[in-house]
Amino acid sequence: MIDTTAPGFWPQLFETLLKATGETLYQVGVTMLITLVLGLVLGTLLVVTDRGGILERPFGSLVAGRVINVVTQTVVNLGRSIPFIILMIALIPFTRLILGSAFGVTAAIVPLTVAAIPFYARIVEISLREVNEGLVEAGHSLGATRWQLVSKVIIPEAVPGLIRGFTTTVVSIVNYSAIVGAIGGGGLGDVAIRYGHQRYSVIHIVAVIIVLVAIVQIVQVVGARLANRMSHR
Amino acid sequence: MITLNSVTKTFGDAANPVRALDDVSLSVASGEIFGVIGQSGAGKSTLIRTVNLLERPDAGTVTVGDRELTALNDRELLQARREIGMVFQQFNLLDSRTVRGNVELALEVVGVDRRERTKRTNEILELVGLEHKAQQYPAQLSGGQKQRVGIARALASRPRVLLSDEATSALDPETTESILQLLRSINKELGLTILLITHEMDVVKSICDSAALMSGGRILEQGRLVDLLSQPGSQLARGLFPLGELPEGNSTVIDVTFVGLSSGRPVVSQLARTHQIDVGLVGAAIETIAGAQSGRTRLELPGTADANAAAINDLRAQGLVVEIVRSGR
Repeated sequence: MIDTTAPGFWPQLFETLLKATGETLYQVGVTMLITLVLGLVLGTLLVVTDRGGILERPFGSLVAGRVINVVTQTVVNLGRSIPFIILMIALIPFTRLILGSAFGVTAAIVPLTVAAIPFYARIVEISLREVNEGLVEAGHSLGATRWQLVSKVIIPEAVPGLIRGFTTTVVSIVNYSAIVGAIGGGGLGDVAIRYGHQRYSVIHIVAVIIVLVAIVQIVQVVGARLANRMSHR
Repeated sequence: MITLNSVTKTFGDAANPVRALDDVSLSVASGEIFGVIGQSGAGKSTLIRTVNLLERPDAGTVTVGDRELTALNDRELLQARREIGMVFQQFNLLDSRTVRGNVELALEVVGVDRRERTKRTNEILELVGLEHKAQQYPAQLSGGQKQRVGIARALASRPRVLLSDEATSALDPETTESILQLLRSINKELGLTILLITHEMDVVKSICDSAALMSGGRILEQGRLVDLLSQPGSQLARGLFPLGELPEGNSTVIDVTFVGLSSGRPVVSQLARTHQIDVGLVGAAIETIAGAQSGRTRLELPGTADANAAAINDLRAQGLVVEIVRSGR
């Protein structure tokens, strides 16, 4: 049991939490940066290479379009269908290969990213599909290239949805980042397990929950505000 | 300016083919406003979309200006499309861009630099009367204003041809009228050739020089309105002058068409006096068509058509177009 009356308990708790929060934010932050880029790319590929999409025939080849689409679909489905806790363990050799170590705060970014990218890619796909077909047609009528259609019409029109989806993804990744604490990934999950679970400290659990709830709240509010500001409908 | 030659387009699968365009040939002269009219499902929309190859025909050729679009590669087609503006029924404006941004999109696509873009956008917004709305978003505009932005965007890169896909069908009658007048004035001022499709005869009546009637993927008739009016049996002319049902009985009924109005003359009373017959007036309409006043009168004459041959010949001799709708018994 932990003695809450011991001298230095509260400052220590504060310091532990501060450090863990920093680690969690770092993991989630880096993960989301990578996810933003790669998720957008994969999600866009899913839409444009689909049947009837604007990149149905890259380099004039329908086969190439189908191959890219099917491969992207498979990658995304694979990533989405494996439960995170299993994905995390399965990725240990891969993480060791690229980072030299499979455990630690930074190493945890690898499974987090692998989980987050397909998740966000699907959301990107949904948002882009909701862009009115007529706008793409208008772009065609102006003589826009495929790249111009994506960069000037489709993605800008989907921005509010992309932001809301990003917010949802961040919340999921905050959740997953607590799980990586279980295999030495550090962060708030680590605090909850080491102090709360192994040393029965209810106060640590409560503190971690409060911090997590606060993070999620802030992300949600900021995301919603930003999305509304970008929406001119 | 626009020539479609034996264009065919089929949708659906082999088991249930839907022939949207069935051997369609169309010719739009430079500088005119050409209206294609037909009911929904007639194939008008497919027709106009083949002109800038948003829809690629299965067979036939499309020529705009001196370029055969159906023979171009992808890159050349983009170039050609930049010289063909298009406006849409649902406006298709980007919600994410301001009025100015929407117009500038057309110039960005072409690669016009920022200073030139600003200048051209100011110019074109003034032309459509929206210079004071430049910073607003489409959601803040009325339908008519949105269509003005659509027109400004279509004209920004100085095309020679404008395609209008039911541009006024989502608008109320007053706004429709103002948009049609705008189209008419840019047609005159810029010498722009306009091809429009519509299901409203009023649109054809109010601004078109020429028209085509479409049904079931085919063009039933086409030509300059003034020619169609004096062409007996023209369905388009009948649509322009709705005269109602035939009267009961077994009298002879004739439609007399005045093109470029000779209706100042007392045709009916003269007819009655000269030939000593009782002329009944069944229906009449006077419209301004293709800029000139024209009228059509439906007259009822007693007896058979043969008995009235002298009267009818007399009318024809005066340069009037006479169509015998029913011969009496």
